Amino acid sequence: MEISISEIHEILTQAAANEESLIAALEEIQARYRYLPAEALILASETLGVPLSQAYSVATFYHAFSLKPKGKHCMHVCMGTACHVRGSPQVLERLESKLGIHAGETTHDHLFTLETVNCLGACALGPIVVTDGEYSGQMTVSKVDTLLKRLMRAEKEAANDQTGISE
Amino acid sequence: MTRLASANELAEVRERMLAGGNGSRPTISVCGGTGCRVYGSEQVWGAFRQELEAQGANLLLEYDIKVTGCHGFCEKGPLVVIRPQGILYTHVRVQDVPEIVRETILGGRVVERLLYHDPQTGAPIEQEEEVPFYKNQLRLILNLNGQIDPFQIDEYIAAGGYAALARVLAEMTPEQVIAEVRAAGLRGRGGAGFSTATKWELCRRNVLATGSGYIVCNADEGDPGAYMDRSIMEGNPHRVLEGMIIGAYAMGAHQGFVYIRNEYPLAVRHLQRAIDQAREYGLLGKDILGSPFDFNLSIKLGSGAFVCGEETALIASIEGRIGEPRPRPPFPAQSGLWGKPTNINNVKSWSSVPLILANGAGWYASIGTPTSKGTMIFSVVGRINNTGLVEVPMGISLRDLIYRIGGGIPGGRTFKAAQIGGPSGGCIPAEHLDVPVDYESLTSLGAIVGSGGLVVADETTCMVDFARYFMTFTQQESCGKCVPCRIGTRAMLATLERICAGQGQPGDIDYLIELGADIKRSSLCGLGQTAPNPVLSTIRYFRDEYEAHIFDKRCPAGVCKALITYEIDPEKCTGCQLCLRNCTSNAIHGEKKQPHFIDPEVCSRCGICISLCKFDAISVH
Repeated sequence: MEISISEIHEILTQAAANEESLIAALEEIQARYRYLPAEALILASETLGVPLSQAYSVATFYHAFSLKPKGKHCMHVCMGTACHVRGSPQVLERLESKLGIHAGETTHDHLFTLETVNCLGACALGPIVVTDGEYSGQMTVSKVDTLLKRLMRAEKEAANDQTGISE
Repeated sequence: MTRLASANELAEVRERMLAGGNGSRPTISVCGGTGCRVYGSEQVWGAFRQELEAQGANLLLEYDIKVTGCHGFCEKGPLVVIRPQGILYTHVRVQDVPEIVRETILGGRVVERLLYHDPQTGAPIEQEEEVPFYKNQLRLILNLNGQIDPFQIDEYIAAGGYAALARVLAEMTPEQVIAEVRAAGLRGRGGAGFSTATKWELCRRNVLATGSGYIVCNADEGDPGAYMDRSIMEGNPHRVLEGMIIGAYAMGAHQGFVYIRNEYPLAVRHLQRAIDQAREYGLLGKDILGSPFDFNLSIKLGSGAFVCGEETALIASIEGRIGEPRPRPPFPAQSGLWGKPTNINNVKSWSSVPLILANGAGWYASIGTPTSKGTMIFSVVGRINNTGLVEVPMGISLRDLIYRIGGGIPGGRTFKAAQIGGPSGGCIPAEHLDVPVDYESLTSLGAIVGSGGLVVADETTCMVDFARYFMTFTQQESCGKCVPCRIGTRAMLATLERICAGQGQPGDIDYLIELGADIKRSSLCGLGQTAPNPVLSTIRYFRDEYEAHIFDKRCPAGVCKALITYEIDPEKCTGCQLCLRNCTSNAIHGEKKQPHFIDPEVCSRCGICISLCKFDAISVH
């Protein structure tokens, strides 16, 4: 995704220029780009009048922020207690081995980012995997395979469509 | 909406709603909690609209179809309740809707297959209130969750909402409000159980002395396995607001914040809508209900840090800094947000306030035990039949909570322990199942009421792994400011990981106990002071499991990978090759239609084969 300095600037100038607005402004930029580009931290520091070190400490302290770009699809595995006792470690492990990355990483082709989340509060459905906001409940290892197959197939079709257009 | 200038105008809204049939009209309520939404309850709601229109010309006018907040019985979702009959339908799918409309709505008959069936007798139960899960609860805070549309402030008002606020503003002094809360015996529902009135009084005194102050609703529900705060905010956000406005009046604060997790987008939306509506009615803003009292409220989004549930860390986060706690005193009631006196209460505490003021302190104090008053909400999850949110009077026995309401343990397995209070809490084993659930009793057993997370473990749960799980959580969430928590939790986790990996040594258990005691004594905030609890309490009740791991290199529950092997029963194996084809480490061998076997040297114990096998042929040893 292209970074637009003017867009980041616009988000920042809408916030009050003080320390108190820092987290909310960064949350908005994170929501827009799904990560915090280095430029955003520098701009936030200048526009809101907080030290860059503070912007950086906030960006690295809270789980909601990421300094690295995310993949096209974000998969979150719930690691809440209920999901844990119902087998979320196996589900996570299967995703890690199938995608070839660890939790917190993005695949080389930038298609998938795999993350863990502490509790989504839908414990009756555990273990839960959320893909781009879509919940899949009572996950098992074989359901993970089905889910990934579906996502990969959709990607392949999208890629074929694209080549079709360019041809 | 026009501003309500007096208590009378509020009463008029209520009368108008009731005269229009609100609360008495035939209603179909579809649960719109996060769990039921995942099961597809929104589509079910849409299907009801469609079917009513298709099957009868005036049906849509006769019936209210509501998407309500969480009904609590998440295990059986999507839930639909037909009123006034009070019929509960469970697991309702879109394809069931035509039959419900034809049979129940038009024909007055019950669709038996969708009713809740008693797991013991198999008998269907028609009425929602007769289902044991609901029958044995006392739903005071959650009562309106399944009944009102959380987007409609008028529905809350019709159900008696904001009447307590109106009475407080018209008839009571702030001191009288605090006295009422004190007489009710309300204790903080966020975990520590501190007297709410004492906190309020201290804050009020400092607000009067300094001229300003703030109140905060702590909705940073980060305890994994607890989701009642979210459900309250999703299902009945106005009760939280009403409690906060009453509290602000009592303490003399004119600005409040709700600090809420951004992982709860639905709750944020409902809360924002509720604040907007309350503002339009003049229930927030200047001269509330014609009184000289002003109060404003805004939402602050948390950014995903468990430690921000701690009061001083939460304050730092609202101010725009990282959520590091600081030493107390000064307490937030003395010096909180921007140095001003600040009172922070949990969602459940704020929600209890309107109930106390509406029904009287005497009524509230009659519920519960001599020292723990009122009700508590637990999210009962894990190895249990009826996963869900339950509200019970303080002092109910753990056995009733787990068996009468929770429906016991699934799959014919046996109860091993209930972990109460999440990463700060501890385990209650089977021999203490009859303990009354209240602040003092749980603390004496090494657990805490905490925020109300209750995770049930059965014999397939390894208690060492369970302790390791919680320690992983707290270690990751430790903010790193103080040494005991930062380094101590890391050392405890490393020891637990070693034990789970089959490399435990004699002396490890004593080391964990000693280190745990040190961390508890010397950490800066509640996170570190309680972090060792899950480990200490599992050692207290399940020391034999630790010893089995350390001395026998055995995981009795069959969970810790380094200590188990997978075996295929040649009698049961049909040689279908499903496991062989899917094994990620190529550890399974065998000819087609011949029993297979697993090479333990190569097997990574990922569990895929077990989850795939249709013949139950693979077991853990």
